[in-house]
Amino acid sequence: MDVTLNVKRYNPDAAKPASYNQEYRIDLEDGSSLLDGLIKVREEMDGTLALRCSCRSAICGSCAMRVNGRAVLACNTKMKDVMPKDGSPVKVEPAGNMGVVKDLIVNFDVFWGKIKAVKPWLQPEGPVPQGEYLAPNEAMLHLAGVMGCIMCGACVSDCTVLEVDKNFLGPAALAKAYRFVGDPRDAHEKDRLKDLTKYGGMWDCTRCMQCVQVCPKGVDPMGRIMKMRDKALAAGYNNTYGARHALAFTDLVRHGGHLDELRLPIKTFGIFNVKEMLKLAPIGMRSQMVGKVPPLFPKPIPGIQNVRRIFEKVEAKR
Amino acid sequence: MKYAFYPGCVARGAAPELFASTIEVARRLGIELDYEPMRGASCTGAGVLQEKNQRLGDTLNARTFAMAEKAGLPLMVICSTCQGVMSQASKRFKDDPAYLAEINKDLAEEGLQYKGTVEPKHLLWAIIEDIGIDKLKAQVVKPLKGMKLAPFYGCYIVRPSAALGFAEHPEREDSLEQVIKAVGAEVVDFRGKTLCCGFPILTINQNNALKMVANHTLEAKGNGADAMVTPCPLCHLNLDGYQPAAAGLRKQPIDMPIIHLPQMLGMAMGIEPKALKLNKHLVSTKKLLSDLVLAP
Repeated sequence: MDVTLNVKRYNPDAAKPASYNQEYRIDLEDGSSLLDGLIKVREEMDGTLALRCSCRSAICGSCAMRVNGRAVLACNTKMKDVMPKDGSPVKVEPAGNMGVVKDLIVNFDVFWGKIKAVKPWLQPEGPVPQGEYLAPNEAMLHLAGVMGCIMCGACVSDCTVLEVDKNFLGPAALAKAYRFVGDPRDAHEKDRLKDLTKYGGMWDCTRCMQCVQVCPKGVDPMGRIMKMRDKALAAGYNNTYGARHALAFTDLVRHGGHLDELRLPIKTFGIFNVKEMLKLAPIGMRSQMVGKVPPLFPKPIPGIQNVRRIFEKVEAKR
Repeated sequence: MKYAFYPGCVARGAAPELFASTIEVARRLGIELDYEPMRGASCTGAGVLQEKNQRLGDTLNARTFAMAEKAGLPLMVICSTCQGVMSQASKRFKDDPAYLAEINKDLAEEGLQYKGTVEPKHLLWAIIEDIGIDKLKAQVVKPLKGMKLAPFYGCYIVRPSAALGFAEHPEREDSLEQVIKAVGAEVVDFRGKTLCCGFPILTINQNNALKMVANHTLEAKGNGADAMVTPCPLCHLNLDGYQPAAAGLRKQPIDMPIIHLPQMLGMAMGIEPKALKLNKHLVSTKKLLSDLVLAP
């Protein structure tokens, strides 16, 4: 199998450090992984190519990088699955949203800082047991997936919020937070949830599902963030714009069966919130100028009583 | 081909041009849109209801599916977000019949039951899979030659791919590029085409949402796009409606028209711009339309 790799490179020790692309043409066995290809380049063609790798079995989490613009583990990505049909080179870049140290190696300092920020350790209360802190199996099953996280940083690499806001905790740290929020032995669920509702926390996720898509271990970080939102609302942490938005949306659908675009931002911000109301004014005026205003008093959908009944029934089951 | 038509909330609210252009285009493609069975269908939850109570959203979507199933029609949507939310619910029902059986208990009082046969399908996918690109090409009377269009999918129609049937339908991955080419326009590729527009955090962290708008529109512009085309009305609301604010944030003009998928199809079918409501955008489409008129 003849493959051309186009690798984004960066050498911090160069006289004028700048990233550049370099192509390598290699011959590989059909079933080879992307990592096999990169190791072959490093061992046989260019010893200066820097990359992290260790287990080659998708368990150590060392070799996350971007291939054709998407984060993957190089070791569990088959080369033939990422070779473009048009014969163009396989594009290999370092993981995103983390500073590049050299070539395909990125700096994990910020990643670990965010993991530490969610206090990723058990905080039980009460008398210390003789043996371990025990929990029934069934109470821990929902955490099995999230405990499968190998800290590879693929989700962080492709997070669309981190791309515009470095303050966001990000999918890996929030998934780790859920691992303890959802642990029945932890006594600080409420404190954790309160902290996580602050700016940069759970409500800043834009639900783009990049993390769900690229996670090589099925951790489903966004799904965990959604569960924490649900828990935060249930715990009464309702006074952030994120929480208010979810509650306003739910109320409006319960009332009319559909989204009411006019009332949603007003209910979220509060009509007496002058600052936010002023921010809404320009788009309101522009929309009016082109004759595009959502109905002032939208009618509920036919059979709305059935929708309201479903709301009551399903909410009561919680 | 006849479909049970689920227009979604935004096409009947803040983006009426999507509804109008869909009706115009469907007629020419031989698509019969039957709204009647879906008249009482609710919002999908748009992923927001699901963050509060996933089962609630799933029950509402099962109800909608049951309505289409009862009418014996395939279900068509015109919104990436509706597509994604429905597909995710549909996957949960398929993966866990016991869960669906529980949900059906809550539908029984209304005389509805969902058997699990509905595959919600966006107009974009229907054109490729049911109608055929050739039939679309046959309706093109004014090819958009020389027009450079950047596709912008919307998260929910591309991720998670496991729920969207990409394995069985690999053609879905570049469906938007396929229809752009079919109407004679040039595809402008750019990194942001499958990323988030920022709409879901517009009321939560507006600054981040505006940065996303600025990044995508400026990247498309930098790559030479005359306009961006989207199958998602929520992306449209943000990329079009909040583009002036994003331009203000970046302190540079953007002026990137954002057109809905059926508007693009309609332009190539020679439908009057007013009938497609291309005058209802916050970022003007005038230059785009005049370029089209002047095109050889």
